[in-house]
Formats: sequence, C-alpha cells, structure tokens
Amino acid sequence: MTVMQIVKQLFGSMGITMEIFFVTLITSLILGLGLALVRMSKNPILSVIAKFYISVMRGTPLMLQLLVVYFGPFFIFGMQITPSYRLKAVLIGFALNYAAYFAEIYRSGIAAIPVGQYEAARMLGYSKTQTFAYIVMPQVIKRIIPPVANETITLVKDTSLAFTLAVAEVFTVTKQLVASQSSVVPFIVAGIFYYIFNLIVAVFFDYLEKKLDYYR
Amino acid sequence: MRLLEMNHIKKSFDGQEVLKDISIHVDEGEVLSIIGPSGSGKSTMLRCATMLETIDDGEIIYLGDKAAFSKDGHAVYAKAADLKKIHGYYGLVFQNFNLFPHYSVIKNITDAPLRVQKRNKSEVYAEARELLKKMGLEDKENAYPYQLSGGQQQRVSIARALAMKPKILFFDEPTSALDPELTGEILKIIKNLAAEKMTMVIVTHEMNFAKNVSDYVVFMDKGVIVEEGKPEDVFNSENPRMKEFLGKFEP
Repeated sequence: MTVMQIVKQLFGSMGITMEIFFVTLITSLILGLGLALVRMSKNPILSVIAKFYISVMRGTPLMLQLLVVYFGPFFIFGMQITPSYRLKAVLIGFALNYAAYFAEIYRSGIAAIPVGQYEAARMLGYSKTQTFAYIVMPQVIKRIIPPVANETITLVKDTSLAFTLAVAEVFTVTKQLVASQSSVVPFIVAGIFYYIFNLIVAVFFDYLEKKLDYYR
Repeated sequence: MRLLEMNHIKKSFDGQEVLKDISIHVDEGEVLSIIGPSGSGKSTMLRCATMLETIDDGEIIYLGDKAAFSKDGHAVYAKAADLKKIHGYYGLVFQNFNLFPHYSVIKNITDAPLRVQKRNKSEVYAEARELLKKMGLEDKENAYPYQLSGGQQQRVSIARALAMKPKILFFDEPTSALDPELTGEILKIIKNLAAEKMTMVIVTHEMNFAKNVSDYVVFMDKGVIVEEGKPEDVFNSENPRMKEFLGKFEP
C-alpha cells in the first residue's frame, strides 16, 4: 500500500475526528459557561452540585467516562444499545467532560473581573443581564483565550480516545491499518494529521488573541 | 428644591458600627463636601447614598421619592421599579475610574445612554462630543482607557456620568488615585461644574478644595458627624477633633 493509498484510507476517518472535535468544542463551551454560572451561583446547593460534578469529571479518566456513557444505558436501564449509539456516546462523553474543564476556565475568568466593573455598570443603570453580556463577558473572553487554546489543543489529541468505543476516527482506523499492513507508515500519517490539525488550532487562537489585543 | 435627604442612617459591618445615626441633605445646585480621616465612614456614607451598600436603618429620599424608610428599627427599601427610577437621579464618579477597558472613550460615554436610556443615537453622540470638549479630550474619542493618563481617565469617567444627565453627581475621592499634578485638572473640572450649578456630593481629602468649592461641609469621624456647616465656619471651628484633623494638613 502506498502512502497515498493510506492517506485515502484514512480520509473518511479524518471527517469523524473533526466531527468529534467541533461538536465537542461547541457544546462544551456552551455547557461549560452554564456550569460555571451554576458553580458560582449564590444557591449553596446548586453550587456544591456543580463543584462535585466538576470534581468527578476532572478526577476520573475520560476513557472510563466514555465507557460509562456507552454501557450505562444498558446496565443501568436495560436499554438496547445499537452500534449507531457509539458515536453519540463519544460526543456526549466528550461534551460532559470538557464542559467541566471549560467551566473552571470561565470561572477563573469571571472571578478576575474587578468588582468596580460591576459597580460602574450598576451606577449607569445596566441590568444584570446587560452587565454580564456587554461588560463582563467580552473581558472574560479576552482573558480566557490562552487556557481555552490549551484545552482545545488537548481536545484534538483526546479525540483519539474514541477508539475505546471503536468509532472509526483517525486513531482507530490507523491502528487497524497498521495491523493489516504490518507497517508503521499509518502511524506517521496519523501523527502528521494531528500535528497539522493542532497547528491550525494554534494559528486560529493566535489570531483571536491578536484581534482582542486592542485593549488592556 | 431638596434633591437628597438621608436621615438617621445606621450601618454596621460584622457588628462594627460604621455609621452611627448620620443625617445629611443636599439642595439643588449645592455642593456638599464630606471630609474626615480614613475609616470615618465617609465613603460608606456615599456608597449607601448611591445604594452600592444597603443601610441597616434610616431613610433615603431622592426628590421626595423614598428609596428607603425606617420601619420597626430597620430600613425597608422601595420596590425595584421605584428604585430603578430613583437610580436615574444620580451618578457616581469612582476613585479608580472603573472605565470599561474594552470600550473606546466615546463608547464608554455613549453606551449607557443608548442601551439603558434608549436615547437617540445622533443626539447622544453629539452630547458626548460636547462633554469631551468640555473635559479637554476632544482628540481622544477613539482612544482606549489604557492609552490615557489617570487624570484623562477620570475626566472620561466624569463625562460618562454626566452623559446620563444625573440630577446629583457623587464623587468618591476622585483624586486619591492621582498624583498631585493630575489632581489639579480634576479639581478644576469639578469647580467648573460647580459654577454651572451642578449638584454634587464630594468625598475628598483635598481640604483647600473642599474649602473653596463647597457650599456646605460635613466633617465625619468614627461614624458620626463631628462638625458641619458653611466651609468658613467648619474650617475655623474650635472643635478639638476638627482642629487636630486640620492640623495634619497644615505644615
């Protein structure tokens, strides 16, 4: 098998990897913000629940979480698991896990906004929602870009954990090719794929950082 | 016309009484200065007036509208809708400016009139430019706060407060974060506002300024008003605490 053929074989799996990446990134960035707000809420019960959730999600392996999400419906509720549920389980598991990490990043970003910003907004008559949307959040986004970029780069590599549930993403297919072809070339091709993917991610976040560099 | 009346204000932080039965009032066009040593409660008084802090007991009345009143020894605040209206009566200039760093100078000034007061855009911008001119910052409208000196930032924050057309403007030690050179430019602006009959309440450490610009001076110490009256009376008071305090400011 030539390198070109290997790349062709891997091509479809790259689409799956990108799907896992983008779906996870978008859903976990949204879920994470909600989770951060619950974590920071004045209601102590809600706050403790969110804190516990984040602690469990960060304190146990993602691979284990994927298996729980996949097998859980069968073992706990006796539901029939179909093969099409594999990718969904991966997406759910990733989103739930990454939301926890992003929640902590949001929380640190929100906590870093000086109380004077809230007071100034209040003196000018902004509602709480307006203050959050127009005064706080834009400053939070600027502050959290570096840690979010870090997590995002980790996410690109973590998509390979989907092999646990035999989802046909790049890593799963690569392993199959290595076994069937008795060659390490697929590993190298996969490595280059992940590297270029992350290079693009890094360039994107650099651009974002520069774009928000107009104020301090 | 009486714009603000605060009667028998009491406020404690963790059992520590910071305001012990304080009463002040401000009439239209009047400049009231509150002076006193650190920890005297003067800033707390201002934060209570602007409702950044809640009072424990007493009453706060703006233009005849009760923002808070005393009932069974506790302060009760008006309904949210009434407080929102009362909120529109006043503005506050902070010691640390608290400009929005992600907004340009002009956006800092125009955003609230547009977003909160929903006023006409071209009118708001025209007024904002007028205010900037008054503050000597007509060439800075597209600058961002970090590009400005402390004195310029404070002038923008005064313009931002004025753009809301408040009936009373509060200043919380407006020059304390500035070096002496920049202090003068802020005091000059406040003096100009006083000449235009802007009603102001100023918490300050600038004694000469308080003496020159105020119609009425309140000297606070340890949560009580020790001396109050016309500046010439307060600054020539025979009260020992007052004399001791002023003595620290004269070489």
